[in-house]
Amino acid sequence: MSIDTSKVATTNATTAATAGKPSKAGAAAAWADDRLGLATAMKKNLRKVFPDHWSFMLGEIALWSFVVLLLSGVFLTLWFTPSMGEVQYEGSYDPLRGVTMSEAYASSLNLSFDVRGGLLMRQMHHWAAMLFVASMMIHLLRVYFTGAFRKPRELNWVIGSLLLLLGTLEGFTGYSLPDDLLSGTGIRAADGFMKSMPLVGTYMSFFLFGGEFPGESIIPRLFTIHVLLIPGLLLALIAAHMLLLVYHKHTQWPGPGRTEQNVVGFPMLPVYAAKAGGFFFIVFGVTALMGGLLTINPVWKFGPYDPSKVTAGSQPDWYMGWPDGALRIMPGWEFAFWGHTFPFNVFLPIIVLPGLMFTILMLLPFIESWITGDKRDHHLLQRPRNAPTRTAVMVSLMTFYGLMWAAGGNDIIAIKLHASINQITYFMRAAVFIGPAIAFFITRRWCISLQRHDNETLLHGYETGIIMRSPEGGYSERHLPISPARAYTMTARERDEMPALEAETDANGVPAPATRGQKLRSKLGTLMYADNVQKPTREELEEAHHHVEHENELQAGLDHPADGHQFDGHHLVDEEHLRSH
Amino acid sequence: MSDQNSHDHDHVPSTFEDEPVANPGLPAHTWRPTDVDAKAEKRAERQVAAMFGLSMVCAVLFLVSYFVFDVGDQWDTVGGLGASNVALGVFLGGALLFIGIGVIQWARKLMGDHEMVEYRHPAKSSDEDREATLAALSAGLEESGIGRRPLVRNSLLGAVGILGLPAIVMLRDLGPLPGDKLEHTLWRKGMRIVRDVVGTPIKVSDLEIGDLVNAEPEILFATDAEGEPVLEGVEVQIAKSKCAVIVHRMEPDDIVSEQTLNWSVDGIVAYSKICTHVGCPISLNERTTHHLLCPCHQSTFDLTDSGKVIFGPAGHALPQLPMAVDDEGYLIAQSDFTEPVGPSYWERDPQ
Amino acid sequence: MRLLNRSAGRLSRHRRGPLAGFVVLLLGLLMTGTLYAAFAPAQAQQGESDADQAAKGRELFLVGCAFCHGQNGEGVKTQNGNQIGPSLVGVGAAAVDFQVGTGRMPMAQPGAQAPRKKPVYTDEEIAQLAAYVASLGPGPSIPTSEDYSIEGLSASEREEAITRGGQIFLTNCTACHNFEGSGGAMPRGGYAPKIRGVEPKYIYEAMLTGPQAMDNFSNGNLSPEEKRDVIAYLGSLEEAPGYGGFGLGGLGPVSEGLFAWLVGLGSLVGFAVWIAAHTTRSQKKKVEA
Repeated sequence: MSIDTSKVATTNATTAATAGKPSKAGAAAAWADDRLGLATAMKKNLRKVFPDHWSFMLGEIALWSFVVLLLSGVFLTLWFTPSMGEVQYEGSYDPLRGVTMSEAYASSLNLSFDVRGGLLMRQMHHWAAMLFVASMMIHLLRVYFTGAFRKPRELNWVIGSLLLLLGTLEGFTGYSLPDDLLSGTGIRAADGFMKSMPLVGTYMSFFLFGGEFPGESIIPRLFTIHVLLIPGLLLALIAAHMLLLVYHKHTQWPGPGRTEQNVVGFPMLPVYAAKAGGFFFIVFGVTALMGGLLTINPVWKFGPYDPSKVTAGSQPDWYMGWPDGALRIMPGWEFAFWGHTFPFNVFLPIIVLPGLMFTILMLLPFIESWITGDKRDHHLLQRPRNAPTRTAVMVSLMTFYGLMWAAGGNDIIAIKLHASINQITYFMRAAVFIGPAIAFFITRRWCISLQRHDNETLLHGYETGIIMRSPEGGYSERHLPISPARAYTMTARERDEMPALEAETDANGVPAPATRGQKLRSKLGTLMYADNVQKPTREELEEAHHHVEHENELQAGLDHPADGHQFDGHHLVDEEHLRSH
Repeated sequence: MSDQNSHDHDHVPSTFEDEPVANPGLPAHTWRPTDVDAKAEKRAERQVAAMFGLSMVCAVLFLVSYFVFDVGDQWDTVGGLGASNVALGVFLGGALLFIGIGVIQWARKLMGDHEMVEYRHPAKSSDEDREATLAALSAGLEESGIGRRPLVRNSLLGAVGILGLPAIVMLRDLGPLPGDKLEHTLWRKGMRIVRDVVGTPIKVSDLEIGDLVNAEPEILFATDAEGEPVLEGVEVQIAKSKCAVIVHRMEPDDIVSEQTLNWSVDGIVAYSKICTHVGCPISLNERTTHHLLCPCHQSTFDLTDSGKVIFGPAGHALPQLPMAVDDEGYLIAQSDFTEPVGPSYWERDPQ
Repeated sequence: MRLLNRSAGRLSRHRRGPLAGFVVLLLGLLMTGTLYAAFAPAQAQQGESDADQAAKGRELFLVGCAFCHGQNGEGVKTQNGNQIGPSLVGVGAAAVDFQVGTGRMPMAQPGAQAPRKKPVYTDEEIAQLAAYVASLGPGPSIPTSEDYSIEGLSASEREEAITRGGQIFLTNCTACHNFEGSGGAMPRGGYAPKIRGVEPKYIYEAMLTGPQAMDNFSNGNLSPEEKRDVIAYLGSLEEAPGYGGFGLGGLGPVSEGLFAWLVGLGSLVGFAVWIAAHTTRSQKKKVEA
């Protein structure tokens, strides 16, 4: 809507909007519109409709924690010194007084101990960073599981994936800045990662560190990347993400009156402005509570970075945990040839694997639409069970991620569960391959059986819990039909149709043989839809209902006029009262 | 949605043509207690205002805590926690949460809650717009003559392409070239091995079986004629990242490999403390097995057998420092490490 | 315990008045005198009965320890050459005091890892066992509180001791025991135990004797003062308030990640559910006024 430039242009030209008898707010709006001509664009957007569902607010958590990050981050920059210059600490924290350290670390200590509220801001910044990435991930899962990434929203999916990637990098550059023992160990590992790249690795390391590790340049350079480069990119991409959201209008769940052609919900002003604004305060408030009550990254206990020291439990922040897990379970395959060393044991898990995972993630919408050949716009969401293969693919990817993640904490798991890190590592080496396959199979079959259950409910009604005894002595459970609204909601989905092989014809009308790509596509499509349960047709429904009515007639005389549901809100039976004995 | 699109198969939103159940349409609006009951409405209004009031109280308490609780070298504590941080966090959190909860309660209970219906439009522009834009585009391209003048086009592409080179070359001075810096450390023949942190040399007789010493080369603690340290600042950090060693004494009989035995002194061995995987310092030794574990990724090395990798992701053995004893009985290096220490890299000669 | 403590976090030299050092010195002298008066005769008596103690210890040893460590503490090997119990000749009284005093010995079952548990023997019996094992061969004796306490030092010396102890701790100990002494994993199911809250004497003895798979930090490796400083640093960590709030187990980023997901994201999703939930509906119709 906001991109509709033709309308903005006409407004600006001759017929400027003049309000008749403006209220105070109206007067201010008129003043602004005289200069900016925003009324045309705002006309619809002020009352723009947003559908209401809790899962639609997950992305908002990410947005608001980003705002918290900006605010607390600016506060931190006022005291933080991004320098590796050597100083002797003479601040307030006794156990480190007199120790030689970098200015970056000394200023982090100063922020924590001498600036009132500084420790709070440091901890809020760190918690908000963890929440930022975590909420992006669950938002991504929601979008994927409900099919909200389909046309026309594929590009927004790509933007979202880039945001996740940049958010992760932003987190890494951020927790490396205080130059404490833990963050330095992380940078040390990152140096090893870079050096694993063939041909260019050593040079990249020397250029990034300004010489040999650790050098004097890495903290100031990471600082610039952390406070300028990546936040700038994040802001631009978030803006694009939101603009596209407004332009496409939000997806919605199917239901009575909710179709592909409309969007039903509450208007931006006042309800959504209040709900979103209120949620900002809640995200900010929860972050403040966490920052006040839960210690995060107690840098004073780690001490300044020293390349000859290390602590047990040297882990990255959680979002870097899964490639770290891959690194831990990778066998030590290092190749040596012609006077060169190729550390494949580092290169594969930390350079190739994350890149591959992000590429797969970004391509998911395009792969799906290529296989299904579905080029239609979709604004109604799908329940995860109604796309069994898609759901299973993501659960399988999540299983892979989760196992890698657990492998990244194998030492903590070992001490907490009294297990052996060696055994955990051997187990994980197999589990990261077998686990996702099992997860795929189980999820897919689970979805299909849920689809079957839905059809049962549609055709035969819901289970009332009332057990009937027939004159012959057999027992059966009584079913009652579901409400039309619920029946509609359950059937408001497409039938899966696999497009036939498109046989291209040449100039003479002779069909060309299907290409290898087409064959593959058709095969994948068959696999994707195989065993899916389709919703019943109208005839099937009518026949089933006919049958049920007949049953009910037969049963009507047998049992009590009340069916047992007169008191639980399903319906009322006027003549019935709770017997009092 | 506009009519011209309804025949365009690719852009029609999908519909359920054979809906087995007819769409019952939006259900009738029902009212909230606050809509129909003046008392409930008043109550909700008071609730919301109370939330905002609580927020103000929290904000004031935040200010009070800011000035009351000491930080610096004498933190006040509350229940064993830092009072300043906890109070500031809790009151800031309260001040924000109560605003948030109040506003949302307002939206849920008091703001109009009629659901509205808005119609969607296809994401694409109308066909006229699209054609007009394409026409404008081709007219512009035509007038520029970019298609007709390949010489101009190609030379422009070349010029812009070559501009990329200055951009890349400009980054050259980010750092020096590696050269052979990674192949050498500061260890030299005859340099004493000293304890880390305190810098005292180590006598063979100081160590018992099972001792593990975290050690550095003597030069890290050396001072010049004026009493200034020989190495300062970044030089120390770089030196530590390559020179740090662990010295471990075991029964001489435990040593397996010939090389380890040759480079040891009375069962005392010295190995690089920098993991050959990605470079974490590594000193988690099991006294009974002489297995050394890296806390970052769990590579395990056998100190009795030339630092061989026995578990984990590391690709090659931990370099051993050839060691000897000087006239005064102190441990010294026989030479520098015979291979590069730390993580592998492309130019590393596998030997 | 007072809930609000205005000076718990302070360790600084600003804390004590000019007379404080003098008062502490006086108190110290007084205490030393009293303690000496109380214990000196007893020690003299014990000195006489060292041989008695060792003899009693030997009896206890034959019943409780000899099965694994041999009749004369020479250690026992199985047929395939594995050690059941190592030789105790020369491990000294300190090793016995640590192993038996922390309940690690006698072990519930043979293995590389001996977990801490409730001690089986009384203090007196432990002293007897220690005397017996010490008689087998020269070894480190049980440290006294002067060895591991910084009470006798001046305020600025204490501060220096804590700072130096911190550096030694981070260099030698954190690799296995973690930056807060929370412990860490070792190969094949082994672990470095949590050392937060362990009595200073046992920490000192552990460094001195290298129990189980732990390395030795003998006096030739870390000087007695350095060991004392490490203990002082650990003590200061324990005394220091949780500046930033609750410590989450002192395990580093893994537990932080867990809290971010469960507490942070969990509560925010809870709020989202509340925000989007439908409010109660009334059966009444609105009457337009």
